[in-house]
Amino acid sequence: MELLYKNIDEPGLNTIAVYESHGGYQSLRKALAMDRADLIQELESSELRGRGGAGFSMGKKASFLPKDKMDKYLVCNADESEPGTFKDRELMQKNPHQLIEGLIIGAHAASANCAFIYIRGEYDYVADILDAAVAEARAAGYLGDNILGTDQSLSLVVHRGAGAYICGEETALLDSLEGKRGNPRLKPPFPANQGLYQGPTLINNVETLSNLSHIVRMGAKAWSELGVKNSSGTKVVSISGNVQRPGNYEIELGIKSRDLIYGLAGGPPDGREVKFWFPGGSSAPILTAEHLDLPYDFDSMAGAGSMLGSGAIIVIDDSVPVVDVALKLATFYRNESCGKCTPCREGTNWTVHMLERIDSGEATPMDLDIMASVQEHITDHCLCVLGDSMAMPISSMIKYFRPEFESHIEAARHRNDLGAPPSPHPVEAVGSAAAGPYTSVA
Amino acid sequence: MTEVRRFTHGSRIPGWDDAVDFSKDPAVVPDAATTPVPEHLRAEIEEYMARYPDFRSASIPALRAAQREHGWCSPLAIEQTACVMGLTPGYLTAVGTFYDMIETQPSGRQAIYVCTNISCSLRGGDAIYSAMLEAAADDSDLNVRHFECLGACDIAPMASVNGEYVGPLEPSDCATIIADVKAGREVLPDKQLRRRPSAHTIAKQES
Ligand SMILES: Cc1cc2nc3c(=O)[nH]c(=O)nc-3n(C[C@H](O)[C@H](O)[C@H](O)COP(=O)(O)O)c2cc1C
Ligand code: SF4
Ligand code: FES
Repeated sequence: MELLYKNIDEPGLNTIAVYESHGGYQSLRKALAMDRADLIQELESSELRGRGGAGFSMGKKASFLPKDKMDKYLVCNADESEPGTFKDRELMQKNPHQLIEGLIIGAHAASANCAFIYIRGEYDYVADILDAAVAEARAAGYLGDNILGTDQSLSLVVHRGAGAYICGEETALLDSLEGKRGNPRLKPPFPANQGLYQGPTLINNVETLSNLSHIVRMGAKAWSELGVKNSSGTKVVSISGNVQRPGNYEIELGIKSRDLIYGLAGGPPDGREVKFWFPGGSSAPILTAEHLDLPYDFDSMAGAGSMLGSGAIIVIDDSVPVVDVALKLATFYRNESCGKCTPCREGTNWTVHMLERIDSGEATPMDLDIMASVQEHITDHCLCVLGDSMAMPISSMIKYFRPEFESHIEAARHRNDLGAPPSPHPVEAVGSAAAGPYTSVA
Repeated sequence: MTEVRRFTHGSRIPGWDDAVDFSKDPAVVPDAATTPVPEHLRAEIEEYMARYPDFRSASIPALRAAQREHGWCSPLAIEQTACVMGLTPGYLTAVGTFYDMIETQPSGRQAIYVCTNISCSLRGGDAIYSAMLEAAADDSDLNVRHFECLGACDIAPMASVNGEYVGPLEPSDCATIIADVKAGREVLPDKQLRRRPSAHTIAKQES
């Protein structure tokens, strides 16, 4: 079943003429003719869950906005910086009007009159395409005052960021959009009550909003029959890493993970096996080859101790040491931590240091326990979930691959000629003045 | 024993541990009469300010415009932006230092970002980065940086060359990229992401 990716590679789909020739902006007319409460009801009963990472019901979030008359905002999260995720880029580049139409429908549901698309600064060429599409939509009367003669008005500005992963977090995004450093805010108040410029704000991912025109066109019931229970609809899945055909594939949620990784993406190169995979971007705890037969949907991934996240699968084959991936991952989160909370700022930093010691053979197996406990201290102790996003996958790697971490330390210790392994009881060793590698190697 | 670097990590504020010069007064909003600003830069920044309910939202677009003008966000670039926006240079420096694409240290005009995040490094991104550094030699006009996931893991290993996404790269492509950039040509036209059909479409055609 194709919805978002229908005709995706047709030349000129990014122009309003071709988009309208496929029935584009008809859903908008239908939605504008609907009462706001009915539209929200329709979105809720479609059971569309957010595609940006958290998977929260889109319709419910729209219903949280106060009903009073005041300036309300809709912000489209196009920051897409989660490692492994590249679906929003293709959706915006090739079918920008699908997003704009969905965004106007979303604005009508939330009765927002001022909208922004916050796109990451690196996507400059995509932002140029969006700018052109917004100008076309404005000229056609889909944006501006009294859209198609209704009382719905909407302004839309494409705002380019300047490179910071944390600006994908919704409250950091709002601060960044207000022209500040992108530090997350304390919640509550939630953006639905006090968001952009302190006004009620609805924030949704590009893919979430791109779905709205299809829900309105098909009707919530027909749409929600796609996919499986609690995971309705189609999903654009970004598959990358050690697979033969990396790329974006639109699937119905609930298909077998193996069919995705081996079927669509061709699996690892010949002679290699899947060692482990991230089911939802690098923030999702890893799963192993054992989990390949699980259906790919929100509940199954959560049931296996991971999450669907942004729907980005990164596959790692058996030629890659787990420590290499852990080090890349931790370094990324260390660099991107905004530094506001101590457990995240310090925890990401020390995790990198410990992984470097593991990689160079200076660590002891006890360091693995210390590292695991650092992850526990980060989890749930921070303002936003960036810290958890490192802690959860690192913990899962230690859980599944502890023997490999230990043998990695041993091998590196021999390779780097670091002498006898350190005492497993460092306190006694210090007491008896035994010389371990910590004092003997400069 | 490796020496543990205690204070050099993740802070996004370069020079944050430099001593503060308390003998200096904090910089105020630059005086328009004594701060010349190129007319087109002023016009561009004012156009950004008019787009938002609160003019401060234009900080990032304005800094990026100043960076295009000056090559990097030099103190002069920040002063000019501050003058047009009616903000203090300190405010804009604080904002600018947070974001990876705003260069607050002298750097080349040509931005070449090589992705070395997970998906790219699984396919040789680190080797591409070394090859790119080597190809660029020490040309001060080239700003070769390793970057976090650029959102194009489908063409891993990849790089963004002045905003144009190219991949999958071989180490031997780096010399061509650098030559193209120096000559002001289009980079690797047949490896540009924007011209690639999606994997979904290819899979459909094959089945
Ligand atoms: C560190 C961090 C980074 C995030 N990055 C993104 C992102 O790049 N794109 C995105 O849509 N959501 C991102 N999110 C999720 C958003 O906070 C938010 O949940 C989402 O935009 C809501 O939209 P949705 O309900 O449509 O999914 C991120 C969250 C965190 C904590
Ligand atoms: S958890 Fe990390 S990124 Fe999030 S607010 Fe705290 S320090 Fe910043
Ligand atoms: S990891 Fe390189 S583009 Fe995503």
